[in-house]
Amino acid sequence: MKPPPFEYDDPRRLDEALALLAEHGAEAKVLAGGQSLVPLLNFRLARPRRLIDVNGLGELDYLRFENGTLRIGALTRQAALERSSETAQRVPLLTRAVRFVGHPQIRNRGTVGGSVAHADPAAELPAALSALDARYRLRTRSGERVVASEELFLAARTTALAPDELLVEVEVDVPGPATGSAFVEFSRRYGGAALAGAAVLVTLDGSGACERARIGLLAAGPTPVRAREAEVWLRGATIDAATAAEAGARAAAGVTPPGDIHGSSDYRRALVETMVTRALLEAVARA
Amino acid sequence: MTLRRVSVELNGRLVEATVEPRLLLSDFIRHDAGLTGTHVGCEHGVCGACTVQLDGAPVRSCLLFAVQANGRSIRTVESLAAANGDLHPLQQAFHESHALQCGFCTPGFLMTLEAVFRETDVTALADREIRELLAGHLCRCTGYQNIVRAVRLAGERMRA
Repeated sequence: MKPPPFEYDDPRRLDEALALLAEHGAEAKVLAGGQSLVPLLNFRLARPRRLIDVNGLGELDYLRFENGTLRIGALTRQAALERSSETAQRVPLLTRAVRFVGHPQIRNRGTVGGSVAHADPAAELPAALSALDARYRLRTRSGERVVASEELFLAARTTALAPDELLVEVEVDVPGPATGSAFVEFSRRYGGAALAGAAVLVTLDGSGACERARIGLLAAGPTPVRAREAEVWLRGATIDAATAAEAGARAAAGVTPPGDIHGSSDYRRALVETMVTRALLEAVARA
Repeated sequence: MTLRRVSVELNGRLVEATVEPRLLLSDFIRHDAGLTGTHVGCEHGVCGACTVQLDGAPVRSCLLFAVQANGRSIRTVESLAAANGDLHPLQQAFHESHALQCGFCTPGFLMTLEAVFRETDVTALADREIRELLAGHLCRCTGYQNIVRAVRLAGERMRA
């Protein structure tokens, strides 16, 4: 189908975009890569009065490493993140996760900020960023605030972004030494929506035991979630097939995935257990 | 609703039109520019039939608005064959390998593959990798065996 009519603005600078959001935010949607929003418009599931197209804001298109922190401008294309060799070296979890986002044609256009702001519970980047304890920089015409995943993701496709706020940057601390990561997901078809998935980071201590585990889950509930109970249980453990399976079971016990035609809640919970187990074993082998 | 003037370099030719902001790039290409080689299948980014190149990168033209292509360069399937009608090596390989039946999905496959061939030696790829490259395109007639075969054939010829 064809999208409904809308007013269209294409600001060239961030301050122009923020002024437009201050004036029209309540009736407007921000258009970034459009790989989720335009399908909703074409189906007429969304009918915003106005689109504020931020693709002209070149100042938000960057990947920068500064003092152990990776700063990702919200307009960075998923393909740029995928091709960043420094990211592959220093934050490989993001490289692994972004390869599961749609297909190359989608990643050429889709943005990191758009994936976060759309807040699809089955999306890969929000779950990986949640595991990395990412911080999100939200800007208005008059100020700025920085929030964590738990504060940003409120419900399925719902964030704490106010109508006049724009997500401008995602910050991730580069994981320390002796840390391995893995991203695994299960979907019916390659490139299709995940039925379950896990983004995992494991840091080992001097004796080879788990000093810290971070487990982000996708498609396990209305928002990306951390399997905190399993993370705590793994502290000090030697991660092998038995402990990874136990942590997987604990992660699965803590979630109630929504069931649908593609898989019941029980089936998806069983997948969570398997995904977490596999991801932990992969991650520890790389630590 | 405010109309917009857009000016797009389409296969090396400048195309200008006054359009509604909601006009999809796929419809601009087909209706305003009259290039009907770009096919519209699902119109929500899943089937891959409408894939074109935006400044050289394959994208879904049904998920872009024509106004967003203003000042940019677009390539469609019509740019592949030579002016004298000689097929592009990819098109020739599709033809010879029976990699199409109805041909509806073919322009999308070709525009994704042409970009890959510019950057990658396809002969070095495993079948699994070729299938991953093609995963963003649906074919409902022939299946994918002959398409993978065509990619192999074109890869060998274009390397030679």
